[in-house]
Amino acid sequence: MRARLILEDGTEFIGTAFGATKESYGEVVFNTGLTGYQEVLSDPSYCGQIVTMTYPLIGNYGINRDDFEAVRPYIHGFVVREHCEAPSNWRNTNTLDELLKTYDIPGIAGIDTRMLTRKIRYHGTMKGMITTSEAPLAELVASLNGTTLMTDQVSRVSTKSVFSCPGTGHRVVLVDFGAKHGILRELTKRNCDVVVVPYNVTAEEIRRIQPDGILLSNGPGDPKDVPQAVEMIREILGEYPLFGICLGHQLFALASGADTTKMKFGHRGGNHPVKELPTGRTYITSQNHSYAVKEDSLAGTELEVTHIALNDGTIEGVRHAAKNAFSVQYHPEAAPGPYDSGYLFDQFLAMMETAKEEKTHAKTR
Amino acid sequence: MPKQDNLKKILVIGSGPIVIGQAAEFDYAGTQACEALKEEGMEVVLINSNPATIMTDTNMADKVYIEPITPEFVARVIRQEKPDGLLPTLGGQTGLNMAVALSEAGVLEQENVKLLGTKLESIKQAEDRDLFRSLMNELGEPVPESVIVSTVEEAVDFANEIGYPIIVRPAYTLGGTGGGICEDEETLREIVASGLKYSPITQCLIEKSIAGMKEIEYEVMRDANDNCIVVCNMENIDPVGVHTGDSIVVAPSQTLADREYQMLRTSALNIIRALGIEGGCNVQYALDPHSFQYYVIEVNPRVSRSSALASKATGYPIAKMAAKIAIGYTLDELKNPVTGQTYACFEPTLDYIVSKIPRWPFDKFQSANRKLGTQMKATGEVMAIGRSFEESIMKAIRSLEIGSYHIEIKGAGEISEEDLKARLVHADDERLFLLAEALRRGWTIEQLHNLTKIDLFFLHKFHKMIAFEAELAKGLTSEKLYEAKRMGFTDRKIAELCGETEEAVHAMRKEKGFVPVYKMVDTCAAEFEAQTPYYYSAYEVEDERIETGKKRVVVLGSGPIRIGQGIEFDYATVHAVWALREAGYEAVIINNNPETVSTDFNTSDRLYFEPLYIEDVMNILDVEKPEGVIVQFGGQTAINLADKLAARGIKILGTSLENIDAAENREKFEALLRELEIAQPPGKTVTSVEQAVVAAEGLGFPVLVRPSYVLGGRAMEIVYNQSELLEYMEKAVKVNPDHPVLVDRYMVGVEAEVDAICDGENVLIPGIMEHIERAGVHSGDSIAVYPPQSLSQAIKDELIDMTTKLARALQIKGLLNIQFVIYKDRPYVIEVNPRSSRTVPFLSKVTGIPMANIATKAILGHSIIEQGFTPGYHPEESMVSVKVPVFSFAKLRRVDITLGPEMKSTGEVMGRESTLAKALYKGLVAAGMNIPTQGTLLVTVADKDKEEALDIVKRFRHLGFKLMATAGTADYLEQAGLQVTRVSKLSEGTPNLLDVIHTGEANIVLNTLTKGKTPQRDGFRIRREAVENGAVCLTSLDTASALLHVLETITFSTEAMPAQRAGAKVAVTV
Repeated sequence: MRARLILEDGTEFIGTAFGATKESYGEVVFNTGLTGYQEVLSDPSYCGQIVTMTYPLIGNYGINRDDFEAVRPYIHGFVVREHCEAPSNWRNTNTLDELLKTYDIPGIAGIDTRMLTRKIRYHGTMKGMITTSEAPLAELVASLNGTTLMTDQVSRVSTKSVFSCPGTGHRVVLVDFGAKHGILRELTKRNCDVVVVPYNVTAEEIRRIQPDGILLSNGPGDPKDVPQAVEMIREILGEYPLFGICLGHQLFALASGADTTKMKFGHRGGNHPVKELPTGRTYITSQNHSYAVKEDSLAGTELEVTHIALNDGTIEGVRHAAKNAFSVQYHPEAAPGPYDSGYLFDQFLAMMETAKEEKTHAKTR
Repeated sequence: MPKQDNLKKILVIGSGPIVIGQAAEFDYAGTQACEALKEEGMEVVLINSNPATIMTDTNMADKVYIEPITPEFVARVIRQEKPDGLLPTLGGQTGLNMAVALSEAGVLEQENVKLLGTKLESIKQAEDRDLFRSLMNELGEPVPESVIVSTVEEAVDFANEIGYPIIVRPAYTLGGTGGGICEDEETLREIVASGLKYSPITQCLIEKSIAGMKEIEYEVMRDANDNCIVVCNMENIDPVGVHTGDSIVVAPSQTLADREYQMLRTSALNIIRALGIEGGCNVQYALDPHSFQYYVIEVNPRVSRSSALASKATGYPIAKMAAKIAIGYTLDELKNPVTGQTYACFEPTLDYIVSKIPRWPFDKFQSANRKLGTQMKATGEVMAIGRSFEESIMKAIRSLEIGSYHIEIKGAGEISEEDLKARLVHADDERLFLLAEALRRGWTIEQLHNLTKIDLFFLHKFHKMIAFEAELAKGLTSEKLYEAKRMGFTDRKIAELCGETEEAVHAMRKEKGFVPVYKMVDTCAAEFEAQTPYYYSAYEVEDERIETGKKRVVVLGSGPIRIGQGIEFDYATVHAVWALREAGYEAVIINNNPETVSTDFNTSDRLYFEPLYIEDVMNILDVEKPEGVIVQFGGQTAINLADKLAARGIKILGTSLENIDAAENREKFEALLRELEIAQPPGKTVTSVEQAVVAAEGLGFPVLVRPSYVLGGRAMEIVYNQSELLEYMEKAVKVNPDHPVLVDRYMVGVEAEVDAICDGENVLIPGIMEHIERAGVHSGDSIAVYPPQSLSQAIKDELIDMTTKLARALQIKGLLNIQFVIYKDRPYVIEVNPRSSRTVPFLSKVTGIPMANIATKAILGHSIIEQGFTPGYHPEESMVSVKVPVFSFAKLRRVDITLGPEMKSTGEVMGRESTLAKALYKGLVAAGMNIPTQGTLLVTVADKDKEEALDIVKRFRHLGFKLMATAGTADYLEQAGLQVTRVSKLSEGTPNLLDVIHTGEANIVLNTLTKGKTPQRDGFRIRREAVENGAVCLTSLDTASALLHVLETITFSTEAMPAQRAGAKVAVTV
């Protein structure tokens, strides 16, 4: 069946429908990863977005049981040059098409995805719609432009209730703004006793859990759409070691008095170089963000820049000068993407360890 | 870390001649390295023995030494130039070996030369089997389990422990003799028993077989600050078992999930960190298709063939970055030259799929064993880029120039089911096409997977392509046409399938607007703006070409490296492009060889990485609208396209098509020669066996016979009598009125060759080359000498006169190559090639005349005089230069090494010195000959050669060589008073002459062709044995004489006092 992808500027791409047949709206973004489509489409940070993969052959290794980053995908559409109908991999259980049908997500295939990517690069991310309607273009563009995109993504993807993944090590409160499974995986791998809490958790509720540290997860959308989280962080900052990832990083920055801004088309992919300023080392990182912490907003705060994007100089990591808190804009949990930054979890663990020792030390003294 | 300040002058070692396994990719890498170093203000000194390269152009380095790459000569250059640093990691295995040798000899330390790039210890750690295994164990990186055994029982115990299949590799046997794969205990016992017998130290390596696993490669880079990146990963369609150089490869990997991709990426980075690589490195993996289990197969601690491919596949210039890392830069301070804004410390991402298919020499070596295995056999490769797998692979097939414009080969339909099955199991060069054939016969994907172990993903894709053929056969619709084009089908194949004409399909396509657009290769999948003028076609919507409105000329490249069409043509192509740019034109290049300098996106104003197939070329010309197309630098590839292009209204720049035809069409050419009163060897065209016999008798034996329908000396032979002629006519060719055979008198004489430039009026002859081997040996396989050493001034004047006349008569605009034979003091024209030749780079370098540049400008209308050159014969240089061919016989089993009319060499080296003997010495050493100054000469020559051989044998004897010969030759030599040790022929039982060669008793083997190329013949086996044991094997008396000339010059002979002798016979018999 014929499907159309329409952008707010009136550009139209005609392709073939796959996945669910339904009309869907969302912000159109592109991801440059060569592999990892399953992790991408199940990453809650893409909630409400229509995601284009720049690599033209998607679905080659199918869908497997283990590589989901959330219990279900939250994307509003998936755009590919070609989706594989006969995938091949030992872990494969079903096709991309079947997965999208299962979760009622529309897909469009066969379009010039490079042209779409270039358009987004020039104009920035745009609103778009996938439809199988044969209505006149002008009508569809009008309908698209009349639609307001959602701003409550975090509440949609965050856990509704507290749950724990018991471990024998440090107790970590993972504030779920749309956390990828990868973060949990990295924590449990390190024997952490993880308690996952909803995004609207209060400082008091966290204190009751008596954690050794707090991890602010990734998540979708604009950090300014979750003001209660900023409040919570401001209140609890300094009480426990804190590590922020992606949206968690932005929220930590806002809570520390800095500001965030929307980028032209963001960073999405697994090949982004990030320079760690204290060591001078550059790491290839997995990224997915539309917003960034504004560099000039750091003046007067206690935040120090620790990481920058090598290519555009945007802030990729900060730490608090006085308190046990740091954050990165990218994804040390990978999935998808390179494993190079896993050491940040070790740093977080070390921070919790030191804090604990200091506490015990203080007590004995 | 910025560059090291103490480095001012750097010596770069090239890779030497092109051989199988080490080809043009090192010219590309070396050229990039030289450019990168010069960019940083370094003084660059280069040593490379290969004259056919761009890197040995004098503008590539501050000082260029075209000298043998041996420790002796490199040390000499080091002492002379006193460089601060040595960069060996861009010159292939040759460069690395040289660095190790120089370091071990203490030269680097003595001369205070710093080794740049990866440290020697790291190189050794990567290359030494034991050190590598222990490092992998330390890192916890899995390598295939193995054990060294000296009894059968040990082998069986090991196999019981790890399971079958098992690979057995006997220690120290050549080419894996006696080894094999064992599926069960019975075969294991058998093979190990024989392997132990073959092994001189009674040892076998028993290894777990990983054949059939996925083969995955990672190209990685690291700098001194420990920044690491992956440039590209690649997946071999052929599973483990076929050498990666012989495998069809795609980039990026297609069947790996992110977990598998990242698992191997992490492993690759761990390995280069542990090794401390500073520069580029390649890691090869075997990945179990049913689990996360993987094995590290190999690590190449240097820039390799795969890195050239990865560079072209991604746009990321690995060699250039590796050179900068070697002088101290780190990746995060280097800009990505493709985008100009982002940094080199990132991982390229692709939004297209790249396919590489090797090009094998089996069209030339029909008797060669075509089976693919662990020894690489391909001479070159093609690469193609597409937005779908189907499009990419179809383009690659068209680029191969093997007569296929679709995923099919002629004759596949006649293969029996049994043969088809066998050839699918044991891969040979045609397996891709056989898969397609099997699918056409209705074999299932599962069946094919069981036979080949090729991943189902690829088999499904092939199946889709074949299924679509049937779809098209049902009738063409607009939708199907578009779909077919997006799957890479040619108009021609679509037309064939749906019963239309190609023209009709083409017209329909144009009418519907189904024309390709051109997309950019930008390293970043369009995330950043890029400036690279590097394009590929796709049936998509948006075209990314930027119209400049400038006048432009398209140069056609020469496609994959193959025997007969080597790197020399890439050299000429690159020079033509440079000349065009100098002349103010925009230079556009079309080529598909990832190994070359011409496909470096920096070379031209616009690079189209596309097949040199008429439809693809026309699509480009339709949008480029050039002033014209230059075809004379791209070898036969480009010339073959000329008439098709002209027929479509494209202007061919340079020598006109009619005149090209006049030189290539035998009848027209004969008429022209008659008119100019220029002699050529008498000959006849025959269409039956009877006519052939009559013609040969009329001309007188020996005669040169060849079919008229094949090019490049294929199936050409010299026959000495009627029975040989009959055998040839019956076995080697099919003769009928449609396929005439040419019979020429074979004139035993000196062969000479001339390259000239003509602007339509004036002719510039940079030089004449004289061949050491007599006419009858392909000019590409002969040692060429400049300036001529034995030709009289009168003969030279005649050659000059004939060249000038022919160039004018053919109204040549550009280059021209003529081959002559001088018979009884009279020159005859053998052939005229109205285009760039194999000798252009050599002659350009030894005379200092930039031939391709002048020719290009002549093509553009600038006369030779206007360009500041004097027409006529350029004054001869005083230095003597020789061009010596290099062969890859050790890699090609069952190929006869005898020199003849068919070309067999894969590369060449140059020797330049004050005298012929010294130049020859350098040339032979550079070609890899280990010149024995004493020892034993084994002689076994054909009757017709005995008389002539006698003098040569005497001269060897005089130098103190012992003589060995088989009965017939021994009788002859003894009659002449020489003392000879007799050895048995093969039929006479053991020990025989093979054993003598095998044990190393014979240092030099002089063997001339008896007849027939069938592997059973004694001569064939003798020659093969010599090659496989590294003995010097001479199959031409002329080469023997030249070698003697060298030996007589470099060694002293001891003489008894009184005997009065004639003057020393030092003149080379040519």
